[in-house]
Amino acid sequence: MTALVERPAMDPSHSIDVEKIRRDFPVLNEKIRDKKLAYFDNGATTQKPLTVIYAVQRFYTAENANIHRGVHFLSQQATFAYERARGRIGQFLNARDNSELVFVRGTTEAINLVAHSYGRPNVGEGDEIIISHIEHHSNIVPWQMLCEEKGAKLKVVPINEAGEFLFDEYEKLLSERTKIVAVTHASNALGTILPIKEITALAHKHGAVTVVDGAQGVPHLPVDMQDLDCDFYAFSGHKLFGPTGVGVLYGKKQLLDAMPPWEGGGSMIQRVSFEGTTYADPPTRFEAGTPNIAGGIGLEAAIDYVNSVGREAIAAYETELHDYAVEAIGEVPGLRLIGTAREKVAVLSFVLGDIHPHDIGTILDAEGVAVRAGHHCAQPTMQFYQVPATVRASLAFYNTRGEIDTLVKALHKVNEVFQ
Amino acid sequence: MSELRELYQEIILEHNKTPRNFGKIETANRTQEGYNPLCGDHLHVHLYVNGDQIEEISFEGSGCAISKASASLMTAAIKGAPVAEALELFEHFHQMLTAEVDEPVDDERLGKMAIFAGVREFPMRVKCATLAWHTMKAAVLDGQDPVSTE
Repeated sequence: MTALVERPAMDPSHSIDVEKIRRDFPVLNEKIRDKKLAYFDNGATTQKPLTVIYAVQRFYTAENANIHRGVHFLSQQATFAYERARGRIGQFLNARDNSELVFVRGTTEAINLVAHSYGRPNVGEGDEIIISHIEHHSNIVPWQMLCEEKGAKLKVVPINEAGEFLFDEYEKLLSERTKIVAVTHASNALGTILPIKEITALAHKHGAVTVVDGAQGVPHLPVDMQDLDCDFYAFSGHKLFGPTGVGVLYGKKQLLDAMPPWEGGGSMIQRVSFEGTTYADPPTRFEAGTPNIAGGIGLEAAIDYVNSVGREAIAAYETELHDYAVEAIGEVPGLRLIGTAREKVAVLSFVLGDIHPHDIGTILDAEGVAVRAGHHCAQPTMQFYQVPATVRASLAFYNTRGEIDTLVKALHKVNEVFQ
Repeated sequence: MSELRELYQEIILEHNKTPRNFGKIETANRTQEGYNPLCGDHLHVHLYVNGDQIEEISFEGSGCAISKASASLMTAAIKGAPVAEALELFEHFHQMLTAEVDEPVDDERLGKMAIFAGVREFPMRVKCATLAWHTMKAAVLDGQDPVSTE
């Protein structure tokens, strides 16, 4: 395996030219119902820059071939490109080794892979798995299924009214029975950031591993695997300005090495006979069948794009825009923010009087404003706040203050319609 | 904005604010739960069915203005009606909602339910408008499992 080079140094003085950035995202110029699009559904999926679109197009136009098996030129090129993408992701995550990076379809598949291949052999009757109250369903249901199968218990770390993870309560739940701690890096419904490094250090003291749902963390936060020291980290390419259908599971080498396969098929084997089969080493062991090659190459282009804008510059810009948005929407009569953690990514979840979020979503849409309205696949979080749903505006670095103003105007319109 | 006004008509907003036949009825002999897992709309429809007749009907739960107003107007429309008539009205209502936008609306058959014609412009909201109806239908057909729009 190739050694990873140091991550490129980030220049904090590098600031964002948002108008220039917006020209890189063609969809942002689209008109929606004759209105200029204001896209605030980035938590669901992000828009794609031209470099990503071209990378995918170039692959299918001039480079398409299957990887790993062919001796012909294009197959070698495709293999090289796909593995180069893996390496770039490794740099991005500061992984120790490229074998720690498994290509998957997305975060959901990554978590299910861990539940299956790490959970099944390591969790037994009476053991415990800890999650938090603000997990996405994809970081709840796989663990419930595992607990049911094994007779293990699911424990839930509570949150406070602001939507913050209660670290003391977490500490109380940990014991020698704890085998897995599965938490989100940042809540998709509220934006709350969880202290992954501290959560992991404490889990390790009790002999448990941590599984981090990084779907909302990767687009906004530093993701240094060696610093966080988490055991598994999962994310989706399409929430990081890359294509849909490709994601990554990071897993520590010694853990992946000991894990049985996930799906059986081509590629993931060393040798097959009817008497028995030996499996390939990670990551190949977990990558049965032809993968989303163009997706992996597109994800590499997305990471290059994010790096070119500058991750610290992005974080600084998003924080500034988030603070502006909180103040601006605070002036809308009847609006209540749901989730007010001190440490938050740029997500605004809210309700407006007793107007149902779907009605709000429809009226905003008529103004060209795209938000998400619903339970955000986080029903326990909604239950905590005793709301059936919220409206969520999740920001990205191509959003502008002008778009926030459009959102605020549209919210006033909602109040007008419902008086 | 005109499509929006078409969607959020006064009558719809008014029924959303003060829904008719809202709550439980003591005499109910049929109760059915309905929910829309995608958006979280969730309601119960209670009925007292006597022979072929829906003598009493009520609903309770939470949902958007469209689902609540549709439930409210449904209870008003089919209270006291024969079961077959209620199911027929649902049939017409469903047909209207899934028809092309420029298809003429049969006011006579639909009565007050015709005001939901604006929903056709918003395909994602058709499920909101039909949730209570699907639930009512399952109740009169004596379904046991909760009704889902998925």
